[in-house]
Amino acid sequence: MILVYIDLQKGGASMEVGTGASKEVIKPTVTVSKKRNKTFFAKLKSQKVLLAMSLPFLVWLFIFKYVPLWGWTIAFQDFKPARSIMDQEWIGMEHFKFLFTDENFWRVLRNTVGMSSINLVLGFVTAIGLALLINEIRNLRFKKSVQTISYLPHFISWVVAASIVSYSLSLENGIINIVLVNLGIVDEPILWLGKEKWFWVINGLAEVWKNVGWNTIIYLAAITMIDPEQYEAADIDGASRLQRIRHITLPSLKPTIIILIIMNLGYVLESGFEAQYLLGNPMNLSYSENLDIYVLKYGMAMGNFSLATAAGIFKTVVSFIFLFSANHIAKKFDQPRLF
Amino acid sequence: MNKKPFFKATRHHSGVGDYLFDIFNYSFLTFLCIVMLYPFLNQLAVSLNEASDSLKGGIYLWPREFTWANYKHVFGEASIVNSFFISVLRTLIGTLTSVLGTAMVAYTISRKDFVLKKFVTIAFVLTMYFNGGLIPNYLLVRELNLLDSFWVYIIPGIIGVFNLIVIRSFIEGIPDSLFESAKIDGAGDFTIFLKIVLPLSLPVLATVSLFVAVFQWNSWFDVFLYNSSTPNLSTLQYELMKILQNSNASMSGKTAADAFANANASANMVSPTSIRATMTIVASLPIIMVYPFLQKYFVKGLTLGGVKG
Repeated sequence: MILVYIDLQKGGASMEVGTGASKEVIKPTVTVSKKRNKTFFAKLKSQKVLLAMSLPFLVWLFIFKYVPLWGWTIAFQDFKPARSIMDQEWIGMEHFKFLFTDENFWRVLRNTVGMSSINLVLGFVTAIGLALLINEIRNLRFKKSVQTISYLPHFISWVVAASIVSYSLSLENGIINIVLVNLGIVDEPILWLGKEKWFWVINGLAEVWKNVGWNTIIYLAAITMIDPEQYEAADIDGASRLQRIRHITLPSLKPTIIILIIMNLGYVLESGFEAQYLLGNPMNLSYSENLDIYVLKYGMAMGNFSLATAAGIFKTVVSFIFLFSANHIAKKFDQPRLF
Repeated sequence: MNKKPFFKATRHHSGVGDYLFDIFNYSFLTFLCIVMLYPFLNQLAVSLNEASDSLKGGIYLWPREFTWANYKHVFGEASIVNSFFISVLRTLIGTLTSVLGTAMVAYTISRKDFVLKKFVTIAFVLTMYFNGGLIPNYLLVRELNLLDSFWVYIIPGIIGVFNLIVIRSFIEGIPDSLFESAKIDGAGDFTIFLKIVLPLSLPVLATVSLFVAVFQWNSWFDVFLYNSSTPNLSTLQYELMKILQNSNASMSGKTAADAFANANASANMVSPTSIRATMTIVASLPIIMVYPFLQKYFVKGLTLGGVKG
């Protein structure tokens, strides 16, 4: 998940990447003088109600978000669940060595990168396109209905979505096959989820179906920031609808689009998990399995906790590197005007 | 966000091209709405159609032989009724605790003079960029004795950082004068939170409640991971997921298993297809009935606080 702040008052062009908070710096408490320390505690004492309100959740945060990081150590151990945590045998990088020589690992890595790339490109193109089309509707009631209906699949679970997708693609009653056969595009119904090479595309289209409406929200919000005078001027000049889209709306969306693309590049190893897991079957396994499913299989099904953790660490570290480089690039782009 | 149409005053078509564009645009978006809606209407029709008749195919938008039998069958199944209650329970308790807890922390980090403001904010925000991963989280839950318990649905995810920041942004927008006059009247921070912040934040709390409730209602992976050996803690989505997995697994060997199930089905008046359609409707109907009414809030909440991309 990515956070992008848009300051609506300033207009869509100026965006703060990351979160407001991440720009703040923790003051090193070590260098604080005794006098300031005293005022710190005096202040804290006067704010004991605020402290009491946040402390339980800080403890929660530490246990559930920071303690598991310590679990990364089991990637460097020959972890035996039956033994106590202090009693494990350290074996260094063995699991990583196995990982990088495992054929399956490279296969799931290929699937992960392949599917996340397809999702990224398809996701952007369809969301921007739909936002532009929705923005051109003048009948407000129709506009609102289109928005409401297109948000629908976002709210239902992937279990329901996967059930619907696999039903729509099924041999006998699947609407896709019925339409394709009636249009004469295919001669006979195809077992789409059994065609491994098609899986990336099916997964990408399912993702679009589920989230395209939702993803238009940010673009539609940015469009409302465009100065109406620009459109009025274009109208007076006799610009057509397509010219208006091309010369006013799209250029105004450029900063939003660029920043979202840069931020999304950090998620190249996040191709999702639920869709692949729920739509996967023995026939499309070699193209549907991704890193998350690999971790789940080695970890939970085969009980090799160490190897699964190693794969998880690989994913997090690569994502972090991508996120940092993306953030770095984003900073360079973080100027009042992006084009 | 679509309150003001931009060019009402100069509303005119400048050519044939614009008419063609409009025709294309309206037809395309209508088609899109059909693509979004059809699968649900189709599942609804199948769920209301007599099971053995559905197997002949040809059910599109309307049931051919109307019946409530599929729903009666689903709600006659003790395990499914139980999973329905667990789903409702985790949605109610999960949403209530999460929204209250998140709002509470959000209030503390919205106070400019709170000495731990920066520390708490950064501690939370950092966790957006990394996590321990599947196995360490599983081991933690096991160590805490939360396996095979209802609380594993509530406690590990009680605060969502994204929601925290959305609520904080909203509270920061409440005028300071309100807090100051309350303080002069002798109200403590907790009273201010209860009597001023919560009532004034209703729009953003509605948004966050929707997000959390949808998340809770739709969850199945935590059931699968932590509670799969405790059937009475199963949820509706997990039950549907098991049905889906069965039909996926039998897809390669479509013939034998399915034919048997279907032959059995006509005798029992139910079939896997009809059960799946019925469960799909039961599992998505509550959400479908709620989200359109909150649309105003969540669009606003998303565009004000921050946007997920």
